Amino acid sequence: MIETIRLTVNGDTHELGVPSHYTLLEMLRYVLGLTGPKQGCDKGDCGACTVLLDGVPTLSCILPVQEAIGKEVTTIEGLADGDAPHPLQEAFDLTGGAQCGFCTSGILMSAAALLETNRSPTRCEIREALAGNLCRCTGYTKIYEAIELAARALREGRSPAELSGS
Amino acid sequence: MKLEDFREKQIASAASDEELSAAVAREFQVIGRRLRRTDGMAKSSGRAVFTDDITLPGMLHAKILRSPHPHARILAIDVSKALHLDGVHAIVTGSDMPVTYGILPWARDEYALCIDKVRYVGDGVAAVAAVDEESATEALDLIEVEYEVLPHFLDPEEALAHPETPIHDPKKPDANGNVSKHVRLQFGDVDSLLENSAVVVEAEYYFEGTTHTAIEPHCAIGYFDASGKLTVWSTTQVPHYLHRELARVLDLDVAKVRVIQPPVGGAFGGKSEPFDLEFCVAKLAMISGRPVKILYTREEVFYAHRGRHPMLMRYRTGADENGRIRAVDATTILDGGGYESFGLVTTYYSGQLITAPYTMESYRFDSTRVYTNKPCCGPKRGHGSVQPRFAIEVQLDRLAESLDIDPIELRRRNFLGSDTRTVNEFHVKSNGFLECLDAVERASDWSGKYRRLPHGRGIGVAGSCYISGTNYPIYPNEMPQSAVQLQVDRSGRVAVFCGASEIGQGSDSMLAYIVAEELGVPLAYVRILAADTDFTPVDLGAYSSRVTLMCGNACIDAAGKIKRQVKRAVAESWECKSRQVALAAGWAFDVKDTGRKMPISEAFNLAEAKYGALGATGSYNTPKDIHGEYRGGTIGSSPAYSFTAQVAEVEVDSETGFVDVRKIWIAHDCGRALNPVLVEGQMEGSAYMGFAEAVMEQHVFKESGLHNAPSLLDYKIPTSLDTPELESLIVESVDPEGPYGAKEAGEGPLHPSIPAIANAIYDAVGVRMDRLPFTAPRVWKALQLRAEREKAGALPPWKPESSPC
Repeated sequence: MIETIRLTVNGDTHELGVPSHYTLLEMLRYVLGLTGPKQGCDKGDCGACTVLLDGVPTLSCILPVQEAIGKEVTTIEGLADGDAPHPLQEAFDLTGGAQCGFCTSGILMSAAALLETNRSPTRCEIREALAGNLCRCTGYTKIYEAIELAARALREGRSPAELSGS
Repeated sequence: MKLEDFREKQIASAASDEELSAAVAREFQVIGRRLRRTDGMAKSSGRAVFTDDITLPGMLHAKILRSPHPHARILAIDVSKALHLDGVHAIVTGSDMPVTYGILPWARDEYALCIDKVRYVGDGVAAVAAVDEESATEALDLIEVEYEVLPHFLDPEEALAHPETPIHDPKKPDANGNVSKHVRLQFGDVDSLLENSAVVVEAEYYFEGTTHTAIEPHCAIGYFDASGKLTVWSTTQVPHYLHRELARVLDLDVAKVRVIQPPVGGAFGGKSEPFDLEFCVAKLAMISGRPVKILYTREEVFYAHRGRHPMLMRYRTGADENGRIRAVDATTILDGGGYESFGLVTTYYSGQLITAPYTMESYRFDSTRVYTNKPCCGPKRGHGSVQPRFAIEVQLDRLAESLDIDPIELRRRNFLGSDTRTVNEFHVKSNGFLECLDAVERASDWSGKYRRLPHGRGIGVAGSCYISGTNYPIYPNEMPQSAVQLQVDRSGRVAVFCGASEIGQGSDSMLAYIVAEELGVPLAYVRILAADTDFTPVDLGAYSSRVTLMCGNACIDAAGKIKRQVKRAVAESWECKSRQVALAAGWAFDVKDTGRKMPISEAFNLAEAKYGALGATGSYNTPKDIHGEYRGGTIGSSPAYSFTAQVAEVEVDSETGFVDVRKIWIAHDCGRALNPVLVEGQMEGSAYMGFAEAVMEQHVFKESGLHNAPSLLDYKIPTSLDTPELESLIVESVDPEGPYGAKEAGEGPLHPSIPAIANAIYDAVGVRMDRLPFTAPRVWKALQLRAEREKAGALPPWKPESSPC
């Protein structure tokens, strides 16, 4: 059955006809063409589909699309401020936080939510914030470094590139 | 500052004479610097387009019907009901593609879909293309397959004992159809040297199977156009081999098949051969006239597998009283699963690759790969050699203990050296293993910790060696293993066309760094077009850690040709010697007078005016005269060998047996780090993956042949909370064969993690863990056994002077 819903994604409100059994991830990828959030397991295990729902990291692959009605959905595509990348995105690029890049958009959303409320996270707090996002390439080390660099950039109002001296 | 501005500044700002003078003085402008990747921002912004992100107009979705039986004959398949379901456009079965394929040309034993037999639960039987996944899935239920169920074997020793039920037809009339490959090689007089050893240690090790678990599931799209050309987009890491096999199986002209490999979301060896989905999307697209996509479910990824072989390894190792290795005698059984895959190579690798970094006077291995009715095993990061590395490095720890020699010192005493040959005749050139040992010894405070930490805490060491590509390609031919084509625009932009596969390891970036280094263009001026068989010269693929060495050399070869032309053209205009002209940092300049310079684009224009359109091809082929002079002596022969040493520190909870790996120090000799950020990323990712296999991962099956845990919840891979602290220590030995001296970094650093952790557990609590993984119940049981023996007086208390931590 096709249902018409109103959904706000990355600041744009859309009126959409979606099959009522769709998950938020299916809606984002198949209907809106936002392919930044990834399908890694389709069971809520890997975190590659993580988006923000009213600022809270949420597994879009197991969320019925109706649950997102009336809320602000933010995907990786909505993380940058116009053409200026979010400090996290720049920091990931500088430290090598993304290798294959498949888990990256989900990890960035979890990290962005962390930095919204905590500009000085400890290594331990970062690890906890990422516990729902599996990365198979990096061993997480360069991801921690990226998040710490971005946090410092946000605290000091400088760019990650300046801080890393490159 | 905007990113692009930043990139410009980063690379192209050496405009002043002082900076150019500094550039003259530096050995490299780009190589060795901690630069960004070329695809970093595309990935961090969610804009990188992976295979499943592609949607074509009118695209259908397909699903594959899979066998519920681990071993059965197919008697009949009836698809008529399914064909009549609304939304179904095409169905294929094995008889539509009756040509066997396989990654090794002399071991083609698979059909795109099974025809006569299924050999594991999950073997593909039919595929349906429909308007959406739901309709395709519904249609699968309507396909009727009649099976004659056969006895099945999950245990290789059981399969060996039942030749009357062969999983494959025997290769020779009197052979056992359940033996996939047997290799026995001997170097030196093992038996008499074992007899004449001061000490011989003997143990049996079991390495549990594990799987790659890339976060991106396999995906493919087939498109057959009106002119009869087939295009397949795939998550493969071997587009060239897929190209060949697609043409063979579908009986198409190779020139009418195009394979495009978008960025791959992790592979680790799990995408290094053709899979059923690529043939199915192609055939279904040909029949339906519509583009067809298949995306594996996570469960299907677990069944597709091709991961680490379970191996049962019996080792005897003899040494003299000074700890010098006299003989190694290894007998190994490999559990191959249902098909051959790379099995022949895996069987050799299970023995061939442990003969460095140590000298051994004699060596014998006897390896048998056996078919079982489980998903087929294949290459996973550190193909075939991670398992025996576990065995040999724990053997060395046992030797060290029985001779009362420090385990690092024992490894030093057995150091192979550089520019030498191994006992099985492989030529090792650069060898930085001693520096690796020094680095981890220092960083970990080894001497302050080994046998000195309190009971429950321990530290362990292990070393390893790995290939940087193989001297001999998968199908015998004399052509280059890798090639690169460059095209220069009048703006100064350089396009790089190369068949190399970007799977996260940074191969695109590596090519860009080399072009920027050789031609002096800013990194932002380099464009990479990779892995599109219609446009890119052949590279054999991202496997066996071959890409940096082989594509890197091909790229230097191509860039060198353009560089020579540009320098000549500029020299002519300046009326100086061509060797006086340098290209760096966006400029062509006079090395004797850096005030004399011109933008690199102008230099390119001069060269274009003199020589015509600027472009070049370059290639690399391996030395073919370096191998062992015996059957199988080419397998394991590599242009360059990398070396790793690791120290792991653990804490073992003696109440529960839980092993907490606190930290791993990784020192890796990568020849030269072309970009240290990427090298460290490979080292950390490797050690993480080794750690995971050591304490968590188990790719195991129920008696019915069903996978025990085919989900990312149940098949445990480490989260950020599980993963230990990892510290990378790069060692550079500068190899004569590698580009700028570079060797591999992607697979070698995985090898020592597992034995280092096993040896650390022994140092912590005095129990040998010879069976993987080191789960809490297993360690707890070993602790109980030790406690009983201590109580009976058969063993002294372990580290009695220290109190438990």
